[in-house]
Amino acid sequence: MADFGGGDPEAFRKEVREWVEANFPAELKGRPNPMMREERAKPTEAQEAWRKAVGSKGWGTPTWPKAYGGGGLGAAEARIIQQEFGRAGAYNPIGGMGVMMFGPTLLEYGTEDQKLEHIPPICRGDVQWCQGFSEPGAGSDLAALQTRAEDKGDHFLINGQKIWTSGAQFADWCFCLVRTDTSKKHEGISFVLFTMHQPGVEVRPIKLIAGSSPFCETFFTDARAEKKNLVGPLNGGWTIAKRLLQHERGGLSGAGGGGGMGGRSLVDLAREYVGVDAQGRIADPDLRTRVVQHEIEGRSFQQTAVRAMLESKGNSGPSAATSIMKNAGTSWMQMRHELTLEIMGHQGLGWEGDAFKPEELGAVRGWLGGKAFTIYGGSQEVQSNIISKRILGLPDLTQHN
Amino acid sequence: MAVLNEEQSMLRDAAKSWTQEKSPVTAFRKMRDSGVEIGYDVNAWNEMAEMGWAGVIIPEEYGGSAFGYLSMGLILEELGRTLTASPLIASGVGAASALVLGGSDAQKSEWLPKIADGSVVGALAVDEGPHHAPEKVALAATKSGAGYSLSGTKTFVIEGLAANLLVVSARTSGKPGDKDGITLFLVPADAKGVSRKRLALADSRGAANITFDKVEVGADAMLGAADKGWDVLEKTLDRVRAALAAEMLGAANQAFETTLDYLKVRVQFGQVIGSFQALQHRAAKMFTDLELARSAVEAALQAIDADSPDVPELVSLSKAKMGDVFHLVSNEMVQMHGGIGMTDAHDAGFYLKRARAAEAAFGSQSYHRDRYARINGY
Ligand SMILES: Cc1cc2nc3c(=O)[nH]c(=O)nc-3n(C[C@H](O)[C@H](O)[C@H](O)COP(=O)(O)OP(=O)(O)OC[C@H]3O[C@@H](n4cnc5c(N)ncnc54)[C@H](O)[C@@H]3O)c2cc1C
Ligand SMILES: Cc1cc2nc3c(=O)[nH]c(=O)nc-3n(C[C@H](O)[C@H](O)[C@H](O)COP(=O)(O)OP(=O)(O)OC[C@H]3O[C@@H](n4cnc5c(N)ncnc54)[C@H](O)[C@@H]3O)c2cc1C
Repeated sequence: MADFGGGDPEAFRKEVREWVEANFPAELKGRPNPMMREERAKPTEAQEAWRKAVGSKGWGTPTWPKAYGGGGLGAAEARIIQQEFGRAGAYNPIGGMGVMMFGPTLLEYGTEDQKLEHIPPICRGDVQWCQGFSEPGAGSDLAALQTRAEDKGDHFLINGQKIWTSGAQFADWCFCLVRTDTSKKHEGISFVLFTMHQPGVEVRPIKLIAGSSPFCETFFTDARAEKKNLVGPLNGGWTIAKRLLQHERGGLSGAGGGGGMGGRSLVDLAREYVGVDAQGRIADPDLRTRVVQHEIEGRSFQQTAVRAMLESKGNSGPSAATSIMKNAGTSWMQMRHELTLEIMGHQGLGWEGDAFKPEELGAVRGWLGGKAFTIYGGSQEVQSNIISKRILGLPDLTQHN
Repeated sequence: MAVLNEEQSMLRDAAKSWTQEKSPVTAFRKMRDSGVEIGYDVNAWNEMAEMGWAGVIIPEEYGGSAFGYLSMGLILEELGRTLTASPLIASGVGAASALVLGGSDAQKSEWLPKIADGSVVGALAVDEGPHHAPEKVALAATKSGAGYSLSGTKTFVIEGLAANLLVVSARTSGKPGDKDGITLFLVPADAKGVSRKRLALADSRGAANITFDKVEVGADAMLGAADKGWDVLEKTLDRVRAALAAEMLGAANQAFETTLDYLKVRVQFGQVIGSFQALQHRAAKMFTDLELARSAVEAALQAIDADSPDVPELVSLSKAKMGDVFHLVSNEMVQMHGGIGMTDAHDAGFYLKRARAAEAAFGSQSYHRDRYARINGY
């Protein structure tokens, strides 16, 4: 997609700015995206208005084709939209797994009919998707999945259990890996889509160490998926799943654009909670060293993201390099949480109550929640396996993937 | 790898084929075994100079090509791969940068063309103790007639034994530790009162302690203004640090690749050792760190070329990160080779020794972490 269609970036910036001024409800300024929280179950009027405004423009998914409800814009224009939203304190209301991983995958592997049916509601933020991949017996070894799909002519009947299904309690649709051939492992898996609003689907939220319940156990008893919602060939779902996981990792590492973490810098926090010496240095020299080290890691990670972006200009889609970015980015974020907690001392260990500032309560929840970064989307160890086998060419004596 | 222009790609390719053909690690070994005191092979250096490498950051009007620091980094990366020892950093980056940044027209005309063609080897005489501490200058320069008289000692001067021209930091006022009161001088190494002592270091390169005993120099030997040498000195050091980081990047990548090759052929317990996950995950970690370090090193060199205000912090970032990564990779190279990695006949020891010497030169990781924090106000 040509940036600006040969037009003027500043004119486009002006257009976006004026549109945001006209459409963004002032009461939402600086508020986080409700999609990231449980409050998304009951959005306010302003939240709904903002979602509809951005959704109908296609600006929540700016680089997706116009024909399916996207913005049809180039990367440079997308960046301008992001910058102008940021400038106005506005979040992008269009997100979730549909945007992050399912949409890009369906755009690549879906039929025309499938794209026309499923992509526009994602662009409008009308439909929330959940990922039915993991099972109790199939985590890192995802291809060991057992959930069965039986061919019933015009549809499949699905029986089995998924687990750790993020947002299943709020989801309208599920993209799901099912077994359609028990005689083969990877080549017996299909990729199907079905609505969560049907009698055969039951979800039970699971409470996490951070106290919230962002995900569920999901049970299927004769749940129904229409044949037209089989993506790719029968028994050809593994290739599509792998591609989807690449998108997931790209997003998780921060390389996909969002990334990073908000909030104050560790240095600012350390100045407040630990203090500085006569020369303005963080008073605890051991902590100071680790903060610097962390800053250096973070900058070199960002520099790598920039380098990878420049190098891949012209190429499309995430590359094997996303595996490196995932491990480096997630360890960095976890270390940031650890250091934040350490810097705040006891004040950073509050669970609830008015003895603690919201920032402090957020620190402890963030620290706990962040432990998942190196588990999902391909665990740290599984990523190391991928790097050593696929990139470094070291032999794999255990598996076929 | 940074996105390169045509010149840069050609330069890198030339450096790659020359080092592989003319200066493999066996050449370094031969140099080491021959006991040559200056720490490099003069013939190889002459070939490098003929290819124009000593003049890569020198303006065209003074006989250089002005390709810039990223270009110089590309050459150094290739030289680092095969551990090629040469005065390219000391002379073609160190002395050349000091002159370009702070020299008068006369000084530039006198020295730069000779540095560019390799006929003069320059070196930076900066430190006075076992740790890099460029502001701790005690070597005194006192007024003497129309010029100055220099007395004191510089330690661990890299290529100090081979150098014809020394860029010396001296104190003209204040006390060691003050940035004010440092003045730079250009001192021919054969000046009366200069004496050098060779230091045989583990990395087999050419370092020397240099004593200045009432060395008389004219006023025209002063590089820049009296008492105000710090600015040029610091900028020069940042260019040298970034160049050194590029050389380290090449050496670390080669150390890693050599190790990776070994993991694919060495069989124990009936399978290649590279099939053991304990080694695979460490290899994956090294690969990840090498990618991060490459980004940091290239960003520093590009910032120098762009004359960006964040050069100091980006350079400290790159030297600290690169130092950590080379440290790790050089240790793992020996470890993963098992017994053979402990032998002198194997190259692993060369990379290990080069790593520590390069880490210590122009600021260790802890020096640059501290500097990075200070630059950023904490
Ligand atoms: C917050 C959160 C949200 C999630 N959301 C979803 C979702 O929406 N949809 C979904 O389908 N799944 C989701 N998951 C599940 C996630 O994908 C799995 O947790 C992940 O694949 C790991 O599987 P597991 O938990 O079964 O751990 P296991 O695979 O049992 O791993 C246990 C440990 O063994 C290690 N290990 C496993 N195999 C190897 C190996 N070959 N070599 C070395 N070490 C190994 C792992 O790295 C880990 O440390 C979510 C998980 C979390 C924590
Ligand atoms: C200074 C010195 C003195 C010695 N003295 C003696 C002596 O007096 N008598 C004597 O008999 N021997 C001696 N040895 C030999 C020593 O015991 C061997 O070097 C040692 O057993 C390792 O074997 P290797 O060198 O063949 O390395 P390898 O076994 O080839 O190992 C290479 C690398 O692979 C790793 N590796 C190997 N197998 C695995 C695995 N299953 N999982 C994960 N990683 C693995 C190793 O840890 C190592 O990092 C000496 C060695 C040295 C260096």
